[in-house]
Amino acid sequence: MLRVEEVQAVEFSSALISKFDEIVSRYPEGRSKSALLPILHEVQAVYGWLSSAAMDKVAEYLNIQPIEVYEVATFYTMFFLKPQGKYVLEVCRTGPCCLVGAEKIMDYIGEKLGVKEGEVTADGLFSYRGVECLAACGYAPVLQIGPEYTFYENLTPESVDQLIEDLKDK
Amino acid sequence: MGRKLLLEHINVPGINTFQVYKEKGGYRAVEKALKTMSSDDVVEEVKKSGLRGRGGAGFPTGMKWSFLAKPEGVPRYLVCNADESEPGTFKDRYLMTHIPHALIEGMIVGSYALGANTSYIYVRGEMMPQIRILEKAIAEAKAAGYLGKNILGSGYDLEIYVQPGGGAYICGEETALLESLEGKRGNPRIKPPFPAIAGLYGCPTVVNNVESIAATVPIVNEGGEEYAKIGIGRSTGTKLISASGNINKPGVYEIELGLSVEDFIYSDEYCGGIANGKRLKAVVAGGSSVPILPANLILNLANGDKRLMSYESLSEGGFATGTMLGSGGFVVLDEDQCIVRNTWNFSRFYHHESCGQCSPCREGTGWMEKVLHRIEYGHGKMSDIDLLVDVSKKIEGNTICPLGDAAAWPVASAIRHFRDEFEWHVKEPKLALERNYGLARYADPIEIAEEA
Amino acid sequence: MSDKIKVTIDGIPVEVEPGTSILNAARQIGGDIVPPAMCYYSKLEGSGGKCRTCLVKVSKGSEKDPRPMPKLVASCRTTVMDGMEVQNITSPEVIEARKGVVEMLLINHPLDCPICDQAGECHLQDLSYEHGAATTRYEFDRRTFDRVDIGDKIQLHMNRCILCYRCVFTADQITNNRVHGVLGRGDHAEISTYIEKAIDNDFSGNVIDVCPVGALTDKTFRFKNRVWFTKPVEAHRDCPTCSGKVTLWYKGEEVLRVTARKDVYGEVEEFICNTCRFDKKSTNDWVIEGPRQVSRQSVINANHYDTLQPLPVIKKNPELMQANKEQFERATKF
Repeated sequence: MLRVEEVQAVEFSSALISKFDEIVSRYPEGRSKSALLPILHEVQAVYGWLSSAAMDKVAEYLNIQPIEVYEVATFYTMFFLKPQGKYVLEVCRTGPCCLVGAEKIMDYIGEKLGVKEGEVTADGLFSYRGVECLAACGYAPVLQIGPEYTFYENLTPESVDQLIEDLKDK
Repeated sequence: MGRKLLLEHINVPGINTFQVYKEKGGYRAVEKALKTMSSDDVVEEVKKSGLRGRGGAGFPTGMKWSFLAKPEGVPRYLVCNADESEPGTFKDRYLMTHIPHALIEGMIVGSYALGANTSYIYVRGEMMPQIRILEKAIAEAKAAGYLGKNILGSGYDLEIYVQPGGGAYICGEETALLESLEGKRGNPRIKPPFPAIAGLYGCPTVVNNVESIAATVPIVNEGGEEYAKIGIGRSTGTKLISASGNINKPGVYEIELGLSVEDFIYSDEYCGGIANGKRLKAVVAGGSSVPILPANLILNLANGDKRLMSYESLSEGGFATGTMLGSGGFVVLDEDQCIVRNTWNFSRFYHHESCGQCSPCREGTGWMEKVLHRIEYGHGKMSDIDLLVDVSKKIEGNTICPLGDAAAWPVASAIRHFRDEFEWHVKEPKLALERNYGLARYADPIEIAEEA
Repeated sequence: MSDKIKVTIDGIPVEVEPGTSILNAARQIGGDIVPPAMCYYSKLEGSGGKCRTCLVKVSKGSEKDPRPMPKLVASCRTTVMDGMEVQNITSPEVIEARKGVVEMLLINHPLDCPICDQAGECHLQDLSYEHGAATTRYEFDRRTFDRVDIGDKIQLHMNRCILCYRCVFTADQITNNRVHGVLGRGDHAEISTYIEKAIDNDFSGNVIDVCPVGALTDKTFRFKNRVWFTKPVEAHRDCPTCSGKVTLWYKGEEVLRVTARKDVYGEVEEFICNTCRFDKKSTNDWVIEGPRQVSRQSVINANHYDTLQPLPVIKKNPELMQANKEQFERATKF
């Protein structure tokens, strides 16, 4: 449970608010709560994670109780409730990927970055975690990187090296 | 070469654009339906086609459509289930990435048939690139007059929106999907009422898989009866199979239902055989939820006949010797794979994905995972094996939604068919950490049919 | 009467209004054939279906469609059909499934009944007494959470929670804003406010009454006494906020706690306000109606009086009068 003093206020940009307005327009009158998941994705894309202050703000915008936002944000695995590295490498760790070496790739990424699963590298750039099936079993092993969820397929240690170099240079 | 209805033009450059898709005969089904058919006619064609839900349950799509309640003055919804998350299944991603207009066209046809004026495509959140692709396709279709007000002068209005999920396998269950689409936690609803009566926002709703919706396009174009001629028995038409694991050519294949499993695995047209010259050990034929079968039982029925890729043939023999077509997630395990580890992995998946709403699934999936983990890492007991079977039985059939069954079946079937491998793990814990059990007798010809 | 529909449960026929659930039809019959319910609560809309303890077998769907239902169904959320035949305690399959559900509910539940305030009126305790095994087959660490005070009157022991969602429905339907909910998912799901927050409104205390286990308990009663040593007495007061109809739980002259009045299925008859529950703990606050009848089977009856007055036979016999001196004194206090 979070302590109240950890909460810092946020203010959404007008561009973000108008994006919210567009999302809400997709649903019938009185059903704006449907916009919750897409809005949380938008907020996470901007801030990198969902602070409770940001979630409170979303609740205020949708005119729902904050708990309704927390309930949803904690249910779905894509929402980060803590700050993350700039690039979160999410490696699929489910059956079909493991048949062709996903576990080894994950170990390799851990070694390469020098951090454990869920930790952030000292430069704040990277963290990695295992996630469940990404529906890309034919291109295994795979990983994805948000907020656009770009896919990297048929991973090998060499392609992981390359990917990490490319991201550092970005 | 089998007939291709969905993927015929998949390799045409630019087929992901409206223009090329249209040039290749796209949107004919919309023209035909809206200009020459009543909505009931469309439902009738889909019924005649014998199309069965491609998401996994295999329920006849036309029948599902005909169950939709149509009270006066209440909106109806078509919701496309693109929350593809079943381990081993990646056909919907493939379809949406490469030929998004096939789905949009199917959505228009389906929405028209059901009398829906707003439809949603619920795509799993991780497929953000596909969401962008679909949004672009919708914009293109709208610009060309195939969406929006008074489509093609028919007086029919339709808007389609794409909704992202948030990372939850359970939202592939249709009522959990609807909850999620309403901005809530993905807890499956208690049925009845079924979505056909009270679905999205309490209104009559049909939820269909991406592939089912796309399949209505060739059905409308060629007629339900023509479609039903493809395939075998009650398994009509073509099916996208996602092939993965230890095969030479993993990928998505469109097959005519009725192809033999052996041909699918070994022919160069499809999987191209087992990778690295190894031998086949086991197959999970329809996504991780369906029972795993050893090589001998997946290739042949208990009576020695060849097993076919069809709803009926794959389930021939019930749970004693059969499995299910499911969503068509075909995962191949070679002789070097460990069944215990694979079962533990799947079990962890279901534990991770259980919504936690009902007790047998919430508690039982975690319990099974822990016991399997213990066996895999050399701390198992002989009694654990029967314990697993018993826990799986306590979950199966007693939960709100099918996730309980989906979690129970892989464990129960792995022990049913590979019990000696589990026992070996318990008896030889050190050895089991060093090497795999191997192929053993799992590919030997079947001698006699097992008792059901 | 003609539009009533007939359903048979464990061979006992009953006629009920259309739309009645199997569970409520069984409650109309009463007795042993009533399925247990850990999450269903007739006063909370949308409750039920989750715990799976009320599973029953429908051996005949209806007169029109006599096919049996393929799976066991949650009796609390399945509507009866005319001519339906249901098996509860007469079905070995149901008993086996219920045993399984109880086992699942217990694998992560702490064995802290000896220090749990709910003991004696805990539905999970009843259920495990009836269906549970003597030993556990679960050999792993139990899931644990920290104990949390949600406000100064209510304590949350998440370890004991069975995620029935009743308290969530209560907050949604009885109070004007909900600040707690179910967070996380799967076996890590928990009741929480996410950010440290008090659940504080006029009716928040009702979450204690609806909780089937000791997850939400009354801090003002914490460790005061075992419920079976207390005496429930019905009382009322003129309350501007609620009906003011409550049960007072006495130990000697002292009111140890105040709860809503609960029926034979443990459901409150009327929700009460926090003032009645937490602040009115003196006999002077209340008009005493008489002893609360508690089911004969309940442990709360362990050393109970059925009547405030000693039995006539005692009054007539001086020796018995002497032996029951204490009881006489207690009776005269009222």
